[in-house]
Amino acid sequence: MIEVNKTNFKEEVLKAKGLVMVDFWSPSCGPCKELMPDVHQLAEKYAGQAKFCSLDTTGNKRLAISQKVLGLPTIAFYKDGSKVAELTTEITIDEVEAKLNELK
Amino acid sequence: MAEIYDIVIAGAGPGGLAAGIYGSRSRLKTIILQKGRPGGQAATTEDLENYPGFGRGTTGPALMQAMADHAESFGTEIIRDEVIDVELDGEIKKLKTKSGKEYQAKIVILALGAEPRTLNIKGENKFRGKGVSYCATCDADFFEELDVVVVGNGDAAVEEAMYLTKFAESVTIIVIHDEGILDCNKVSAEKAMANPKIKWVWSSILEEVKGDGLVETILIKNIKTGEITEMPINGVFFFVGTLPKTELVKGKVELNEQGYIVTNEQMETSVPGVYAVGDCRVKYLRQVVTAASDGAIAAVAAEKYLAEEEGFKEQVLSAEEPVMVAFWAPQIEESITALSELEKWLEDSGHGIKLVKIDTYRNQRLVKRYAVDKIPTVLLFHKGELLSKLSGAFSPGELQGQMEIAGA
Repeated sequence: MIEVNKTNFKEEVLKAKGLVMVDFWSPSCGPCKELMPDVHQLAEKYAGQAKFCSLDTTGNKRLAISQKVLGLPTIAFYKDGSKVAELTTEITIDEVEAKLNELK
Repeated sequence: MAEIYDIVIAGAGPGGLAAGIYGSRSRLKTIILQKGRPGGQAATTEDLENYPGFGRGTTGPALMQAMADHAESFGTEIIRDEVIDVELDGEIKKLKTKSGKEYQAKIVILALGAEPRTLNIKGENKFRGKGVSYCATCDADFFEELDVVVVGNGDAAVEEAMYLTKFAESVTIIVIHDEGILDCNKVSAEKAMANPKIKWVWSSILEEVKGDGLVETILIKNIKTGEITEMPINGVFFFVGTLPKTELVKGKVELNEQGYIVTNEQMETSVPGVYAVGDCRVKYLRQVVTAASDGAIAAVAAEKYLAEEEGFKEQVLSAEEPVMVAFWAPQIEESITALSELEKWLEDSGHGIKLVKIDTYRNQRLVKRYAVDKIPTVLLFHKGELLSKLSGAFSPGELQGQMEIAGA
C-alpha cells in the first residue's frame, strides 16, 4: 500500500487514472487498527487491479476534511480522480471487498 | 480428529481476557477467538482511570494490551478469527468461524460484548463519518478548534465529553433532564460542571442533524416548551447506552427482553457448560472491573464443572460394575435416613454394587440432567447406561427389582 499525505495526495490519488482505494486511519483509532491487517491483505489479493493507499489523518486533518472525511475508519474509492464511493465507521472487510469488485 | 479445548472464549474484551488468565493459569487448554484487536469497547476509551490499581494517566488501549499480554503469558492463545455460528448443546460444543475453521470445546465462555446504541434521529445515519461519531478516541482530533455536541448524560457521555474538551473549542452536552440532573456518577458530574469548555442544554433532545456533505447545524428541541432551536455545529457525538452483541446465540441460550444473556452468580447460562461474562450479560454495572470479575468467576466455575463431569464419568459412566447413584440433600431428613438404609441394604445383599452419593444442593446440574424431581431418588447405571430410576422413598423390594434389571 502506498502511504499518502498532504504532499502527495493530489499526485497519487486525484491525478491518478483508474481506481484508487484510500484507507483513512489514525493511530488512536482502535477500529481502524482492527480493520487494517484485512485491508492490507485485500490490497495484496487485488494487486494490479486497483491502486491501494493508506492515509494517516494525524497531521493531515485539513486534507481529510477537504475529502469530506470527518470520522474513522473511512475507506474511499476514487475513479480517475473523483470520489465514487465511500464506506465509513462500522466497516467490515466483506463490504470493502464487495465494493471493490463492484467498481473494478 | 480436531483438538478438543477445555475452554474456548468468544471475545477478547476484559471479561474474555480475565477468563483466559484464570483458565490457562489453572492449566486448562484455553483459547480466545477474537474478531480484531483484543480489548473490546475499553480499547476505544482513552481515559480509563477507575480500574483498581491503575489510576490517573491510564488509557484503555494500554490497559487492554496489558491484559492480553498477561493472558498470553499464562498460555492463553488469542486467535484472530470471528465466531459466526455455535452449537452449544451436548458435551462437546462447536464454534464455526469466518475463516472456515471449527473449534471444539468442553466449555464455551461467551464474552460477546456490547456496541453503541443509535437513536435513528433524522440525519444521524447520513452523516456517520461526516461529523456524527460514536467513538471519541477515533475522531476527537478532527475537531480541534471546532464545536461539537454530545448526546447523552450517563458515565460514558460525560467522561467522553471531558476527553473531547482536550481537542474541541467547545463541547455542548444535550441533556433530556431538568437543569442539574445527570445520570452519570457524581465525581464526573462535578468535574464536567466545573469545566469551562463544557456548555449545557437542559430539558432538550436532538431533533435532526443537517448539513451539506459534512455536518453544519443541528436542531434541538426543548421538551418542556416544544421550542426548536437551530445551532451551528461541526460534530455530534452519541453516547446513549449500548446494545448487546448476542445475535449469535439468539434462541440458543436464554436472553432477556433487551437481548442480554441471563446467567446465575456462577456466570452459567441456561445451557450446561456455557458461560457468559461482561457487557453481554444481564447485570447491574457494566465496567472493565466487573467484566474482569465475571471472567474470573466463569473460569473457576468452569474448572469445577469439568472436574465434576470427569468425576461422574469416571465413577459412574465408565465403571465396569453396576452403580447406584443416590440423590440426597442435607436439609431433607428423609433422604438422609433413606441413604443410610440403602447403604446397609447394599452391604447385606452382597451384590457388589457401587454406591455414589450426590448432594443435590451442591450439584444441580446432575439433578436437571436426570430430571430428579423427588429427593431421595436412586438411579441405577451399568456400562454408562441408565437402567432404572426410583423416585421418592423406596422399599427393599423395589431395590431388589432394580438389581434384577441390572442382572446382578
